Amino acid sequence: MGRKLLTENINVPGIQSLSVYRHQGGYETLKKAVGMTSEAIVEEVKKSGLRGRGGAGFPTGLKWSFLAKPEGVPRHLVCNADESEPGTFKDRYMMERIPHLLIEGMIIGSFALGANSSYIYIRGEMMYVLHILQRAIDEAYEAGFLGKNILGSGFDFDLYVHCGAGAYICGEETALIESLEGKRGNPRIKPPFPAIKGLWERPTVVNNVESIMAVVPIIKMGGDEYAKIGIGKSTGTKLISACGHINKPGVYEIEMGIPVEEFIYSDEYCGGIRNGKELKAVVAGGSSVPVLPKSLILNLANGEPRLMSYESLSEGGFATGTMLGSGGFILMDEDTSIVKNLWTFTRFYHHESCGQCSPCREGTGWMEKLLHKILDGHGTLSDVDLLWEIQSKIEGKTICPLGDAAAWPVASAIRHFRHEFEEYVTNPQNIKKDHHYYRVNNISPEFA
Amino acid sequence: MPKVTIDGHSIEVPDGTTILQAARMIGGDIVPPAMCYYSTLKTSGGYCRTCIVKVTKGSEKDPRPMPKPVASCRTTVMDGMEVQNTMAPDLQEARKGVVEFLLINHPLDCPICDQAGECHLQDLSYQHGLAKSRYEFKRREFEKIDIGDKIKLHMSRCILCYRCVKVADQVCDSRSHGVINRGDVAEISTYIEKALDSEFSGNVIDVCPVGALTDRTFRFKSRVWFTKPVDAHRNCTKCSGKTVLWMSGDDVLRVSARKDKYGEVEDWICNDCRFEKKSARDWTIEGPRHIDRKSVISANHYEKKKSLKIDVSNQSKIEERAHNPK
Amino acid sequence: MSADKEIKFSDDAYALVQKIIKRYPEGKQKSALIPVLHIAQAEFSGWLSAPVMDYVASLLSIASIEVYEVASFYTMFNLKPVGKCVIEVCRTGPCWLMGAEDLVKYLEKKLNIKDGETTADGMFTLKTAECLASCGTAPMMQIGETYHESLTLNKVDQILDDCRATVTEPISHWSKKEI
Ligand SMILES: Cc1cc2nc3c(=O)[nH]c(=O)nc-3n(C[C@H](O)[C@H](O)[C@H](O)COP(=O)(O)O)c2cc1C
Ligand code: SF4
Ligand code: SF4
Ligand code: SF4
Ligand code: FES
Ligand code: FES
Repeated sequence: MGRKLLTENINVPGIQSLSVYRHQGGYETLKKAVGMTSEAIVEEVKKSGLRGRGGAGFPTGLKWSFLAKPEGVPRHLVCNADESEPGTFKDRYMMERIPHLLIEGMIIGSFALGANSSYIYIRGEMMYVLHILQRAIDEAYEAGFLGKNILGSGFDFDLYVHCGAGAYICGEETALIESLEGKRGNPRIKPPFPAIKGLWERPTVVNNVESIMAVVPIIKMGGDEYAKIGIGKSTGTKLISACGHINKPGVYEIEMGIPVEEFIYSDEYCGGIRNGKELKAVVAGGSSVPVLPKSLILNLANGEPRLMSYESLSEGGFATGTMLGSGGFILMDEDTSIVKNLWTFTRFYHHESCGQCSPCREGTGWMEKLLHKILDGHGTLSDVDLLWEIQSKIEGKTICPLGDAAAWPVASAIRHFRHEFEEYVTNPQNIKKDHHYYRVNNISPEFA
Repeated sequence: MPKVTIDGHSIEVPDGTTILQAARMIGGDIVPPAMCYYSTLKTSGGYCRTCIVKVTKGSEKDPRPMPKPVASCRTTVMDGMEVQNTMAPDLQEARKGVVEFLLINHPLDCPICDQAGECHLQDLSYQHGLAKSRYEFKRREFEKIDIGDKIKLHMSRCILCYRCVKVADQVCDSRSHGVINRGDVAEISTYIEKALDSEFSGNVIDVCPVGALTDRTFRFKSRVWFTKPVDAHRNCTKCSGKTVLWMSGDDVLRVSARKDKYGEVEDWICNDCRFEKKSARDWTIEGPRHIDRKSVISANHYEKKKSLKIDVSNQSKIEERAHNPK
Repeated sequence: MSADKEIKFSDDAYALVQKIIKRYPEGKQKSALIPVLHIAQAEFSGWLSAPVMDYVASLLSIASIEVYEVASFYTMFNLKPVGKCVIEVCRTGPCWLMGAEDLVKYLEKKLNIKDGETTADGMFTLKTAECLASCGTAPMMQIGETYHESLTLNKVDQILDDCRATVTEPISHWSKKEI
């Protein structure tokens, strides 16, 4: 059993409530933190090697140290609880079950950054989670962990929850800030970065739910201790959302560095592929990262086992590797149509493009239409080449990384599964109607 | 003063100058095309991506090249920066891609478009476009609408440069139009049809790089190349009163603001001057206007353009289904 | 909503709106726009008409177009009338792998409507949605604030029957609790 830092108490009955959370040692770390200087807290986070869990993997301590601190200008910590990356559901799981861990992390983080008011931006669809958080916040106010002069430290702090209303792009930190300002979720053109001019033009740090939660065990055990867990620059534990054709979908806290094979096949985690099928492909870090065939997800190109870490998953670059991203592990069995799965992703990016910049606004829709044409059996080999070209003309030319996120799945599917595209365009008559979609569990397809 | 080198030409520029501005100071062919940036509109630029350039050296201090092409209109020059535009074939290729994206859903009905002859997109496709569109699907279409009795919105031609929105925010006293919906169905709209009621709203016509916002008081009277532009002025209490009159004989067919060689308005003009003063007697005529743009406003040039009109007739039936996947 | 009914929040909703506005700094009341639109949608039959959006604009002292721009950007806001229960079915990759496409077809057939349409009796509107962060319990759908997960077709039948039996007023995402 690997160590559990975030999910240790997740199954304790009533852990949602303040009293049970405190009974398990909750808010003790906050007491420790307010006895430290803010610099010392940032230092511990730096030492821990914690990297942003929202997808980009940027070192959290470093990000905190970049925050501008002009005299007299308020600063903010904003929690990114927009979780909308397909395949990712860890933040919802955690906030729903152990809301006080996030609140404790928000208070410690805000204390370290000198932010007297902070916001949790949660996607609007998770309104019921918002109510859970709000109840927890109310409890924390009553207990004196929020409000004026917290624990006698002289630190005043208010925490608010703010909801979105349905837009994946609001997970991008500058779009999130725009949305929090009551605007369309259009990503900003950078620079300036949020650390200099963020929410209401004030210095702002945006962090993922899991990053903020991880600050609690880091301060509790010390940055050095935390850094001992994991491997290389992938320190600590990571929440992995596992879904698709596996026996045990769910959220798993792993120690970084366990072999991918163990994660997929051991009973402690995914429990292998369901119905005794073979694994075909894996998207390892949420829909945006490159898909890999079984051989390349289990092993590096040189045959060594691939590990669950930032470095190992990206080993080989995009030619043979992928990314840890948000830790959304999507597993596909041997019957899956890579092309059809890709189409659902491309439709997603087309649907979620904010429309500000031309390559993403126009290119995502074009790719979706081409994929649909191929799936319909009307595609040609030159359509596959055109797809390749379109994605290459989007990648790296857009305002925000959504353009890249739309391009990479297309590029990787063609790179590793070109034969499947070719099958669709050269033998369309072989494409069985059934072949490319799945039935709802255990239900006969008669009605379709 | 930071020094920047663009396609081998070096120049020293004030702090805070963007690569695009620096390129314009150097002038000539190395100036990247810009469809959304507008020097007098704050926060403009960054959207269209036509002005991308390759930064091969970040600065003297940090000489690393930038990993991706950058929007020259939104990237400030650093001392010692080296930039490639026309010199980099891969960048030219990337720009071609951007232009193709801008055109896939564009109607390209230049022969019947009021903007033909003074359209930045037409110029752009002429210089950087492909000969033939590879887009075979149904193009996005919107109804034409009148926003008030003076301005026509032909949304199908819009490239979402956001300039008109910024004019309403920064030049007019209120804004009643904006961008609604998102992604590739985003559109310029008032949502519920109404007029743009600010006294300076007519300036949206001048900043629009394409034929999306046009002057209803001018439409159908004449092709722009049959008119004679003259500089003129009048005493106006609301604006500078400095305009260009587009004349045919003694008739004033259209009044617009004066634009510089990058097509940018020099002085915003009020709706009175633009829409109401359509008699030569209202104006003091200064002399012929020299239109200094790459695109020559001439019928001859236009005829060449026509052959570029992309053949959309071979759109097949399947696209319909791809367009409505159900 | 009948045309003659005055557009005005209930006292409770109005008080909540004022409370929400105070969460943002002085002069930044526009930040309250999205939460307030959720409340408006719940207060006015599950959708946002232009007069409702104008009312929200006036409450926040912003231009109407600023509300239209925002309301039309986010998928949770309905700009046309909807049924009492809006069913949002996730259709993205992970759910697709678990049968979401069948689920949508099943609902279309059972309710005799297409994606985006409302049943003749005004009971159900069917909408497809993108990943709702419930991929481990796919396939799934959302009605109001409730996530219905690990669906089977039998479960879906049950949920629809429950809706028919119990729902009399439109259900919104904001369930009139604290926001
Ligand atoms: C299109 C897009 C969507 C994103 N969605 C999320 C998200 O849902 N949750 C999240 O935490 N970060 C998301 N991110 C990453 C954020 O921009 C940002 O990097 C992150 O919140 C920083 O927090 P971290 O450093 O703690 O990871 C997204 C980025 C992009 C480009
Ligand atoms: S890349 Fe896409 S989502 Fe990002 S700013 Fe451009 S259009 Fe918007
Ligand atoms: S807007 Fe320009 S490119 Fe488009 S149809 Fe008119 S003249 Fe042609
Ligand atoms: S209408 Fe014209 S000015 Fe306005 S966004 Fe479209 S192209 Fe730009
Ligand atoms: S002019 Fe620079 S992006 Fe449009
Ligand atoms: S794909 Fe359906 S909830 Fe994630």
